[in-house]
Amino acid sequence: MNRAILDLWVGAFVALGFVALMFLAMQVANVSEEGTRGETITLHARFEDIGGLKVKAPVKSAGVVVGRVTAIRFDSNTYQAEVEMKVSAVYPFPRDTIASILTSGLLGEQYIGLAAGADSEMLKDGDRIEMTQSALVLEKLIGQFLFNKAAEGGSK
Amino acid sequence: MIRLLRTLGHLTVDGIWQVGFATRFLFAMLRHSGPSFARFSLTIRELYFSGVLSLVIIVVSGAFVGMVLGLQGYDTLQRFGSESALGSIVALSLLRELGPVVAALLFASRAGSAVTAEIGLMKATEQLTAMDMMAVNPLARVVAPRFWGGVLSMPLLAAIFSTVGVIGGWFIGVVVIGVDNGTFWSQMANSVDFREDVVNGVIKSFVFGWAVSLIAVFQGYDCTPTAEGVSRAITKTVVYSSLMVLALDFILTSFMYIVK
Amino acid sequence: MTTNPDSADPVVELRGVDAGYGERLILSGIDFSVRRGQLVAVMGGSGSGKTTLLRLVSGQLRARKGSVRVFGESMERISEKELYALRRRMGMLFQFGALFTDLSVFDNVAFPLREHTDLPESMIRDLVLLKLNAVGLRGAATLMPSELSGGMARRVALARSVALDPELIMYDEPFAGLDPISLGVIGQAIRKLNDALGAASILVTHDVVESLAIVDYVYLVSQGKIVAQGTPDEVRASADPFVHQFIHAEADGPVPFHYPAPSIEKSLFLEAEAQP
Repeated sequence: MNRAILDLWVGAFVALGFVALMFLAMQVANVSEEGTRGETITLHARFEDIGGLKVKAPVKSAGVVVGRVTAIRFDSNTYQAEVEMKVSAVYPFPRDTIASILTSGLLGEQYIGLAAGADSEMLKDGDRIEMTQSALVLEKLIGQFLFNKAAEGGSK
Repeated sequence: MIRLLRTLGHLTVDGIWQVGFATRFLFAMLRHSGPSFARFSLTIRELYFSGVLSLVIIVVSGAFVGMVLGLQGYDTLQRFGSESALGSIVALSLLRELGPVVAALLFASRAGSAVTAEIGLMKATEQLTAMDMMAVNPLARVVAPRFWGGVLSMPLLAAIFSTVGVIGGWFIGVVVIGVDNGTFWSQMANSVDFREDVVNGVIKSFVFGWAVSLIAVFQGYDCTPTAEGVSRAITKTVVYSSLMVLALDFILTSFMYIVK
Repeated sequence: MTTNPDSADPVVELRGVDAGYGERLILSGIDFSVRRGQLVAVMGGSGSGKTTLLRLVSGQLRARKGSVRVFGESMERISEKELYALRRRMGMLFQFGALFTDLSVFDNVAFPLREHTDLPESMIRDLVLLKLNAVGLRGAATLMPSELSGGMARRVALARSVALDPELIMYDEPFAGLDPISLGVIGQAIRKLNDALGAASILVTHDVVESLAIVDYVYLVSQGKIVAQGTPDEVRASADPFVHQFIHAEADGPVPFHYPAPSIEKSLFLEAEAQP
């Protein structure tokens, strides 16, 4: 085997391997994080219960990804969950925007939905979204449903 | 009964002896690995034989595994009305498990057995002794380059396997069945994490590369220098490295995803 | 006919050596020496320990007892590095040549030069062609080992083993499996190389006629011991029954035709008894 041809083949092989790795990183794992590309602002929100929300969960408005959850902490003063998210600066939201934790599909992953309000002032970097709605926890719903049924039965 | 115990004891002692010998062999080889990098053309040659020549089987198998994942994944997911998750299923299965594991199994039977055969035949025809007599250490000149060639090829092959597999799954899911193209990729990108899935997959394939390459060169170097001994060594390479890959996969998976 | 008469300033010297593998003792009480410029044959039947003797000299095996000295260095406690330094001064021709099957004839002969010298490629080319010319195969430089006949492969291997102009050359059964013409060619080449290089050579063989024609001195080995030694003429004229049997290739003699076994009558009788 000619040395030059051998080097060429091995070079092509290594290049192909790295292209594959790049593909996996960029296209499959999406390191570039669509929706938070470019300028972002950081927003905070407190929730009574975040359910199964995880870091890196998408932040959507009208179904479009506009940002991502970057950190979740427990606030021991208020006993609430403190969620930090980065939202694209391209989409400004009014100050009275409502953040709620929603589920995609019946059993899908949880994300934060932003419903825009009517305030003329916009949220700035580091602001807090005051109005939040907690996750619907299935066990609680069922528990409530059963409790109501039992109460109905008892009153008859 | 006593004979059974004796057989068990014999097997245990033999096994421990083999492991110890393989470990000593590994260290001796690492000590003599200097030339593999100082004279990198030696390793390049082995990269060609274990990497480039494995490409065809890796690409073809990757494509088929990806396409089967597309079909099976779609069939199962549509029962729950979540065809949109097809991209995630295909990518996660490939990146976390099938890519590294299947590529390593194919690598063991394609390149590993070839390395064992080559070293074994060189031993059987006294080429290794001849080299030793020419004051050239066969560990440094023959064994170490083949080992490093395997170690370096394995992660690249696994990445190529996964990539081709994802494309195969995309072909079946999007082109043939008609899942929405955008949903396919965005669902995939949403659920696949770079650190958690891609990097862990690469770590796995790197570890498998070490295991398979070590077993292949060791079996070749340690074989009985006869035609029969070489053929037995090749069988051992394929069997041991397949078992080793699956066992290591279990251990690595439990450390990566469960124990945290 | 007791000791090698030319044993002053020996290249290889063994004194009272025992050697073996595992629990088996292959050689015992060996006294052996080779002087510069001398071509010495070690002859004996299969499994008599001839090859083990070569392994002792080349440092592939350590002696259990006694002393092995090569180029004046004691081989008992030699380090790997020192051993490799010694081996650069040795050449060895293996039974079936042991050519590197993935390299061409040219690259095979160039291998030791490329590994051990920093000579420019043009000089390596000249040296390799000279060595190949010496064995008559300059025209075959571009062939692969698989394209060579057994005799040609042996000659290429010979060229390779003398590529670094060694001071000690060892031949392990160089005549095995060769046709009479190739055999003569190799024999002459061995003699010529030895004289041209002024090297010491050890020829391990059981080919009596061919080796007696070219060597200076003969050791006969049987069952791990040196049983006879002398110049070819002395050996040919020897009245010793073993030497006579070996040199003249007689089927029965001190080395029995039969492997030790109970007498055939007894074996057959037992057989008959087992199947009444």
